[in-house]
Amino acid sequence: MTSFSLSLVWPEVILAGATLILLVLGAFRGRGGVVFNGLAVLTLAAAAVAAVVGPQGRGFAGGLVADDLAVFAKVAIYAASAFGIVLGDRWLARKGESKFEFPVLILLAALGMGMMASAGDLISLYIGVELHSLALYVLAAFRRDDAKSSEAGLKYFVLGALSSGLLLYGASLIYGFAGSTHFDAIAASVQGHADTGVLFGLVFLICGLAFKVSAAPFHMWTPDVYEGAPTPVVGFFAAAPKLAAMVLLARVLQEGFAEAVEQWRQVILLVALASVFVGAFAGLAQKNLKRLWAYSSIANIGYALIGLAAGGEAGVQAMLMFMVLYMVDVTGFFACLTALQRDGRPMETLEDMAGLVKERPGLALAMTAFSLSALGLPPFTGFFAKFYVFKAAIGAHLEWAAIAALVGSVVAAVYYLRLIKVIWFDAAPSATEKPAVSAQAIAIAAALFSFPVGLVALIWLDPLSKAAAAAFGG
Amino acid sequence: MIGLTHYLTVAAILFTIGVFGIFVNRKNIIVILMSIELILLAVNINLVAFSVFLHDVVGQIFAMFVLTVAAAEAAVGLAILVTFFRNRGDIAVDDASMMKG
Repeated sequence: MTSFSLSLVWPEVILAGATLILLVLGAFRGRGGVVFNGLAVLTLAAAAVAAVVGPQGRGFAGGLVADDLAVFAKVAIYAASAFGIVLGDRWLARKGESKFEFPVLILLAALGMGMMASAGDLISLYIGVELHSLALYVLAAFRRDDAKSSEAGLKYFVLGALSSGLLLYGASLIYGFAGSTHFDAIAASVQGHADTGVLFGLVFLICGLAFKVSAAPFHMWTPDVYEGAPTPVVGFFAAAPKLAAMVLLARVLQEGFAEAVEQWRQVILLVALASVFVGAFAGLAQKNLKRLWAYSSIANIGYALIGLAAGGEAGVQAMLMFMVLYMVDVTGFFACLTALQRDGRPMETLEDMAGLVKERPGLALAMTAFSLSALGLPPFTGFFAKFYVFKAAIGAHLEWAAIAALVGSVVAAVYYLRLIKVIWFDAAPSATEKPAVSAQAIAIAAALFSFPVGLVALIWLDPLSKAAAAAFGG
Repeated sequence: MIGLTHYLTVAAILFTIGVFGIFVNRKNIIVILMSIELILLAVNINLVAFSVFLHDVVGQIFAMFVLTVAAAEAAVGLAILVTFFRNRGDIAVDDASMMKG
């Protein structure tokens, strides 16, 4: 039994073991470097392979689950983490802050996110959330001599710790009133009639996770942290942890509280629509591109939550498809920001992007593609992401929510189109510096994915996400 | 006789004090760290009380995990606070306002 349990967590064992070895190696060498980062990326690849080929089932007395959903999420998370390491490598070296801790912290975060994706009870949920959060706080403050970076780290830490507290308080109430920490035992206890104490706990738990995915009204940390944290770190923040927390939320709601769907659906819908509108309207006033994409990510989490609120297999599938396609866009966009530099300082504001098309046509085209994709224009993958969500919402008779979200995306279109206008039609003030090859390659690859490679990939992603969503037994 | 309700009430009061400590406090970030600790300890009281009431040891195991993570969290929080102090020479909450909008 124990050996079977251990065989389920091979990805985690590989990650944890390799992280510790790399940490010791780094401490003795005293510096990182390309080889070191390469080893970290290889570790992530090995963990992803272990997740795909490993056995499935429940282990550790139900505490950890390895199923199609966990595998789907883990592969996406490990891939996004690997891109985070590659992006960070050149960017930090250019700032003279290349340290071996960077890949180690990302590996630790990936370990935590993998645990979140396969949590089977409240304890592994909490450990997963904390493991990834603690690594992310440090990553936000990674440039420790930069005032903005340390302020971002501090803000993220304070609000993140508060959200962990809310989540934990909710978990303790659920444990007390449902009598168990296991999701399936909780599901049995809410069958027919859900105790008020359990629902109270569930609301706290949802609030805690809403903080982690930066859904309104728990989004206030997002713009500040995105602005202050190092750009490649933001690209990582905006992708993998969001997917991990959404999968975790889906697991709690679909596995533990499937019977109480009427109670939590209203809460999730409220949070989702609030996110869509806050993201759309507050984004209009932003001049800094990192802040702008922070609001864009708040709005996009809103769409993913609508998919989750629709519930059932179609809803979870819509959420997974949306998150994966959005992850490609957001990683690509921040790869562009990572690559670009003008007069020795990063290009982060809207004006900085003026006339980019004349100097860096490749990156300008890529940024245009990501903006149009995030806006949801038809040939790009972002359209299909939204299509899945709206289809699930209409299938669950939530037409009004789909219409409201559509209105929100029309408002948000203003800022995406304004960015495109600045890139294509404004005059450039001065020349940009030569971008790092790795970041540029990631940006171009991601842009090609959003159109046209993604259209082909959809044929292959659709059955995978369907199988993942079916892990809950419909 | 002190029952489960009493423990839950104490925990709820501590939790509320902790949350208010984060939002109302405008002076010192160390106080925020203390408030976070208070929230986690309130949760621990909840867990242990439920564990005894349910005759189920899982709650106490959970409390052990919470204690361990709380220690790690405090370490990371203080480390970030030190870098913040080095850059600013102050740890007042109102100073953490370089980024707005």
